[in-house]
Amino acid sequence: MKINVNGEPQEVTASDLNAALAELGYRDAKVATAVNEEFVPAGGRASVVLQPGDRLEIVAPRQGG
Amino acid sequence: MAEFYGTEVASRLMLGTAQYPSPAILEQAFRRSGAGIATVSVRREAGGERAGGAFWDLVRQLGVSVLPNTAGCHSVREAVTTAHMARELFDTKWIKLEVIGHADTLQPDPFGLVEAARILTEDGFEVFPYTTEDVVLGERLLEAGCKVLMPWGAPIGTGLGLTNIYGLRTLRAQFPDIPMVVDAGLGLPSQAAMAMEMGFDAVLLNTAVAKAGDPAAMAEGFALGVKAGRLAFEADPMEPRDMAAPSTPLIGKAFLK
Repeated sequence: MKINVNGEPQEVTASDLNAALAELGYRDAKVATAVNEEFVPAGGRASVVLQPGDRLEIVAPRQGG
Repeated sequence: MAEFYGTEVASRLMLGTAQYPSPAILEQAFRRSGAGIATVSVRREAGGERAGGAFWDLVRQLGVSVLPNTAGCHSVREAVTTAHMARELFDTKWIKLEVIGHADTLQPDPFGLVEAARILTEDGFEVFPYTTEDVVLGERLLEAGCKVLMPWGAPIGTGLGLTNIYGLRTLRAQFPDIPMVVDAGLGLPSQAAMAMEMGFDAVLLNTAVAKAGDPAAMAEGFALGVKAGRLAFEADPMEPRDMAAPSTPLIGKAFLK
């Protein structure tokens, strides 16, 4: 299915968020996630079933002021 | 020592981690600043990039507390979601809350700021709101649950210093027991010293150090400025007066023609 990952269209076969992260190359990465602007805690990713068109944000620690 | 939400911090200088020429210079600047708190952010990461992990390793080596921000957020929802992501990534309840209301001045949106502060406080966050010197806004933020205020000195990244000394002095005087940090707009150590002389508990800056020709030297300059200003505040400065008053005693002066 086609979803939106960090603003870009992506094709994923995984159905839940945890599996999608692994498929997209984030396995063991230090990232936090939101789906459709709602925060999804790491412990809750496996129970989030993705739908076509979902907007997934994947962020990591960065420099800031 | 300064205290924020029950945590004592030895240094009254907080330093940002952005815009340094290299990670090595960032590290040198932090060492020479003696800063006890580093601000950080969260940003999009590509699959396989692993930049976040590398940056996090660098920050942990600095041995400082981290204060994640919601920089660049223009809506309450965006700021709240960003705060939650930051809490998970940095494992801290602290959040430097920015809800930006104006693109050119990066002035806080006071209405969104108060609403986001209330939501995040109820969610268990310890909110450091990036605010203006507005006393009414300060009061609303305290009512929303904030126990720290962070008024700007000037718009972010301008280096203009304290552009409304009267307003900052008023804010400081209105809430004498609230820890306050002058956040943003400082360009020189003398400006940081002035904020500390006025009784602010700390200063937070980034661009002034990161964009200096020699960031590490500027970091130490700010550390000294902050220390000088704080010492002066604690030393109970003299009252200024309009007319001269001789400092050398007149008694005993020779009568010479």
